[in-house]
Amino acid sequence: MIESAAHRRVILGGLALYGLLVLVTVEIDPARIAEGLSRTGAFFVGWLRPDFVTRWTDIRAGLLESLAMTAVATAAALLLSVPLGLGAARNLVPGPVYTTARGVLAVARAFHEILVAILFVAMFGFGPFAGVVTLVVGSVGFLGKLLAEAVEEVDPAPLEALTAAGASWGSRVVFGVLPQVMPRVMGLVLYRLDINFRESAVIGLVGAGGIGATLTTAFSRYEFESVSAILTLIIGMVFGAEVIAGRLRQRLL
Amino acid sequence: MPILERGGRQEWRRRTSAEQWLRFLGALGLTAALVAAASTISAQTTWHFVLDAGVQLRDLGMRMFPPDGSYAVAVVRPLLDTLHIATLGTALGVVIALPLAFAAATSTTPSRLYVRPIAILLLVTSRSVNSIIWALMLVVLLGPGILAGVLAIAFRSVGFVGKLVYEAIEEAPELPVTAMETTGAGRAQALAFGLVPQILPTMAGVSIYRWEINIREATILGLVGAGGIGMALQASIDALRWSRVSVILFAILGTVVFAELVSARIRRELG
Repeated sequence: MIESAAHRRVILGGLALYGLLVLVTVEIDPARIAEGLSRTGAFFVGWLRPDFVTRWTDIRAGLLESLAMTAVATAAALLLSVPLGLGAARNLVPGPVYTTARGVLAVARAFHEILVAILFVAMFGFGPFAGVVTLVVGSVGFLGKLLAEAVEEVDPAPLEALTAAGASWGSRVVFGVLPQVMPRVMGLVLYRLDINFRESAVIGLVGAGGIGATLTTAFSRYEFESVSAILTLIIGMVFGAEVIAGRLRQRLL
Repeated sequence: MPILERGGRQEWRRRTSAEQWLRFLGALGLTAALVAAASTISAQTTWHFVLDAGVQLRDLGMRMFPPDGSYAVAVVRPLLDTLHIATLGTALGVVIALPLAFAAATSTTPSRLYVRPIAILLLVTSRSVNSIIWALMLVVLLGPGILAGVLAIAFRSVGFVGKLVYEAIEEAPELPVTAMETTGAGRAQALAFGLVPQILPTMAGVSIYRWEINIREATILGLVGAGGIGMALQASIDALRWSRVSVILFAILGTVVFAELVSARIRRELG
């Protein structure tokens, strides 16, 4: 990987030096950790005894809201990302369109979901609507970019054949490009559904609805049994979704 | 392709009637589910607040601009903390992930029946819990600060790095390892010289890529008290100092772009 031994030594030495310097700046407060460790007991006991019952109404409502947010956001993102993804494919559109679409996609991915959620909660008020818009922005950036890459890699022969037969730009896209990229897009949409569900558990922290709101409430009330129940459900659902998505992908492709 | 008999003529169809109905019902069900989901959200939404979003946005913009330039100096320290959290967290995550990856790969695991499932479960758990939720838990345990952030990043990275590395181990040809063993090398020697050189590029590439993701994640860990620029952001938002918020957002944007460039450069070098 790195050919010269001297280079290797300099890089490794530099990294080690950096590590030492940084370790000094990390303030480790033993007294606070000891205090925290006494709480760790309560934490792990709570962890091992997930309580699904006490807050079940809230947990169920949160989960359903998260699922609804995931579904709506992924569908809306798919609709938006198809034109953007086609516009960001170098082999389909002229330069200015390409640059604009790529720019929009880059902006959509620049900030962490939480930061986007803060902005949208300020704009749209608390609740799942801000959450949906947040998930749409992130998903458009993700789906649009990967769709554009898939479109740029299509086999050009069908496109040339269509052009030679006098097909318009629209027919070239519908009959030459989409059939080639659709299986990949379906796979990406399934993957994004999974990501969006997990993200919906997080953006609730800043007021954007979903199971994250329930989770934050449980945390701030030190109800670790409920926290554990919620996290177990999330992990279980993500795991289940992965199995189902795997099956679906096998059947569709 | 099914052929229908209709009025003595043969007719070609792309799908059988059963398939067509199945597709139609599937599409109908999907649409119904989407409409139900959308109406759930609509019922939970205060549309009055949504409709005046334009006014809110203009208001927010006016409070964010011009950015408070004098605050830029105060941002440097938390920004460096953020870089440290991402870098140390990634390093620690890789260190934890490697033994787990070897335990999870079918070709190197000590026991397929006992060790492998445990290793895979640990990797899945690590990946299913978002780093900010790890941070939420660690702040309760360790108190607010950089340490909680570093560990949160590390715990989330373990699953990502571990999964990709163990897949690389499974895909690596076993021939070099067998060759080493036939010359009398021990198991550890055979793995160190027959397998590790094969997965080293993947390992380095995955670590750098995770570092890039971690920079982005580390910018928000401060929202729950786990150090870095997120703490400055939370403080500015709580104090409604939006002219400072814009400074922080620009700083984050710059850092993320910088990390992306560095990561792309290094990964290109690695090939």
